[in-house]
Amino acid sequence: MAYRLGIDVGGTNTDAVIMADNTVVASTKTHTTPDVASGIHTAIAKVLAESGIKPAAITAAMLGTTQATNAIVERKQLAAVGVVRLGYPATAAITPYTEWPADLVAALSGTYKLVHGGYEYDGQLLTAVDDDELRATFTAWRGKVQAIAIVGVFSALNRDQEEHAAAIAREVFGADMPVSLSATIGSLGLITRENATILNAGLNQVIRRVTSGFAKALADEGITAASVYLCQNDGTLMALDFAARYPILTIGSGPTNSIRGAAYLAKRSDALVLDIGGTTSDLGVLVHDFPRESSQAVTVGGVQTNFRMPDILSIGLGGGSIVRTQPDGSVTVGPDSVGYQITERALCFGGDTMTATDIAVRLGHVKLGDPALTQVIPQATAEAAAAEIQRLLADAIDKMKTSAEPVDLILVGGGAVIVTAKLAGTATTYQSPLGGVANAIGATIAQVGGQAEKLYQYVSVPRAEAIADATQAAKQQAIAAGAVPATVDVVDIDELPLQYAPGEATRVKVKVVGQMA
Amino acid sequence: MRTIGVAELREIATGAALMGAGGGGNPEVGKLMAISAVREHGPVTLLEASEVAPDAVVTSPSGIGAPAVGLEKFPNGSEFKLMMDKLTERLGHPVEAVFPIEAGGINSMIPFIVGAKLGLPVIDADGMGRAFPELQMSTLALAGHRICPIVMADEKGNLVQIDVDAPHDAEKFARAITVEMGATAQSISDTTTGAALARDGVLGIITKCQRIGHLIHHLGDYATPAAALSALLEITSGTRLLTAKITDIQHATKAGFNFGTVIFTGLGADSQRTGKMEFQNENIVFSVDDTVIATAPDLITLVDTETLAPVTNEELKYGKRVYVLGLPADEKWRTPAGIDCVGPRYFKYDLDYVPVEQRIKAAREKGVID
Repeated sequence: MAYRLGIDVGGTNTDAVIMADNTVVASTKTHTTPDVASGIHTAIAKVLAESGIKPAAITAAMLGTTQATNAIVERKQLAAVGVVRLGYPATAAITPYTEWPADLVAALSGTYKLVHGGYEYDGQLLTAVDDDELRATFTAWRGKVQAIAIVGVFSALNRDQEEHAAAIAREVFGADMPVSLSATIGSLGLITRENATILNAGLNQVIRRVTSGFAKALADEGITAASVYLCQNDGTLMALDFAARYPILTIGSGPTNSIRGAAYLAKRSDALVLDIGGTTSDLGVLVHDFPRESSQAVTVGGVQTNFRMPDILSIGLGGGSIVRTQPDGSVTVGPDSVGYQITERALCFGGDTMTATDIAVRLGHVKLGDPALTQVIPQATAEAAAAEIQRLLADAIDKMKTSAEPVDLILVGGGAVIVTAKLAGTATTYQSPLGGVANAIGATIAQVGGQAEKLYQYVSVPRAEAIADATQAAKQQAIAAGAVPATVDVVDIDELPLQYAPGEATRVKVKVVGQMA
Repeated sequence: MRTIGVAELREIATGAALMGAGGGGNPEVGKLMAISAVREHGPVTLLEASEVAPDAVVTSPSGIGAPAVGLEKFPNGSEFKLMMDKLTERLGHPVEAVFPIEAGGINSMIPFIVGAKLGLPVIDADGMGRAFPELQMSTLALAGHRICPIVMADEKGNLVQIDVDAPHDAEKFARAITVEMGATAQSISDTTTGAALARDGVLGIITKCQRIGHLIHHLGDYATPAAALSALLEITSGTRLLTAKITDIQHATKAGFNFGTVIFTGLGADSQRTGKMEFQNENIVFSVDDTVIATAPDLITLVDTETLAPVTNEELKYGKRVYVLGLPADEKWRTPAGIDCVGPRYFKYDLDYVPVEQRIKAAREKGVID
């Protein structure tokens, strides 16, 4: 029997599951530790013990982790990055790092150089790359930078210049120098793509620590026969060596895993997914087995980027949300919460704080702790609080729906008990006893993915040819990330025409997934 | 007279996105360029049109081309001085102040880049009172001003002068040269005098944009979202036409222009109503249950129901909750010539232009909107 181990590190909990084919064999929940790694270690040990499975029988292990996000937010362990922008004389009016938080720039060293290069919107050369200029730039940075970010104007059309510059960087710094190319990371929009590429380069050491730490944790538990993957924020996996080059893609994998795990538990392809935690509720939309992507610019650690992220609506309501009766007699719920201290501070656990969970217990919806302790809550207060919880959730659901028709809802997360009745605007509600570890299940069932985004002029490259070319690029990426070539299929094609641009210039985005090797 | 620094630029950019009526492009790149220029060279002086000497030579710098290309390849920054030197040589007289040709999007920011770099004041007036897609669609051209001479430049320092009489020809040649410059270029056009701008421009537009932006950035100053919306409507003389959720968006590009239709499903008191909006770069026609409520040149603009942040047509998104607002166009557009230039028929809709206030009144009487 082949077993798969999936781990998802969240802000509060680290969850782990072991699955055999389509069955969850064992699952566990443990607190996330400040260093993250020891929590992962504990989760692996616990879930293995619970399952009774021999470590050697685990054939695949997947990790969804927040370490990259934490490093950016905390400005810790970031590499000194040298940023090369190929575009001069264009683009000098906005230099790299414009409007970034100063402490983050300092953490990344703020080193950059604008050099000749770049393409026009139709693929013609903007300026030729000057090898001597690049060599001189890199030589001056020797000993000062630990990673390189290369960003070229219209590299979505042609990445030759970026690759050429990378080869020169490796000549100067040696083959081990980590180099991030913008064409492989972001989409159209030079500044936001540059920002994502700089962050990717800066995360180089963080991701090495994550991958080596995960590999070591697995080895320590005797899991030696498994292929190892990290989760991406689009619901797919990347092999460790690939992940080491694209750490930025791990950011936001948690909500994606939760949505995909929920879909799996409910056996649905299209639905709303409501993940209620201790402090917040995250609402996402499942479309054809994948989360709907956000169309908004994503801010990471105060920096605008444009890489894909799931479209998530977060509201300040969870199992630990504090319930209060206001002077005017109205009852409010949240947005503050007792968080992970719920087992000490909630009334039903002998604490002194009225939480959303206590309301569910008081109304007899769920049995937790000592229900008698919640009798201090007046019936009217409990009913008003329950109505407020229903209203907050129904309102969030309405914001994420795309039609007035009732939608199917999948309810997951440790705080899901606070839902005491059918929510307005929903049709069927799906819940599973394993809903609390949906995120780890999402990590375990993920496939290997690839995505390509390129710009074409349909007058010179016919539409069918353009789509075939982008599909080929996406498939190559999936195969590089660890997919079995024969299993790679297209899941989404998105075309966006560019206004005022001649030649029917169109951005084509293709997403593929395949089975892991 | 007052000065415009980084904080003011941020507010103006937000307001300009609202006054862009869905178009004008993403102001982000323009904002970053203006902020960079002001950080390097210091704040810019903003003059009211009445503070400019009547015979002062004034001109309008702007970006031209595909906004999406401009997000990828933006200027070097030296183009503006090159163009200004060329224009000065041609006029035989230095330029004394600059003004935005349109209030929407990136072009609301370009004069501040020029102002900061060249030490010129910016005038609180534009030629549209909103955004429009073509050069001849300005109140200045409408009043008979020449758009030319136009000086255009790209990041390589290539300079091209256009000198033609007919406004449509100016648009046609400028568009063709833009393509050769890489689908995005910088230009200077609509040179006039202080007195003529004060007479034929839309005055106070930058201050209006800034007031809108300030309000949106300081929603916390209002007791309720409803109070903030009322204040916004007061600043803009606007009306809330529908509170709704976006439920369908269809995009198409024809001849380089971004066409589309957006369907709205009403929320709350509007829950039994369906809205429909047609856009061609900018929003052109808005109707509720098949009754037309607003058309160009009046402004149809969307704001987020929670943040009041303007929603441009690049940010349209399924499920987004918006207030659809109708704002009256400047009176200069409400003349037979103005309506010929930018009314619904120019955009190929078989509709008469009726001022938005009158359409609202009629629709309310029939119960089409509240």
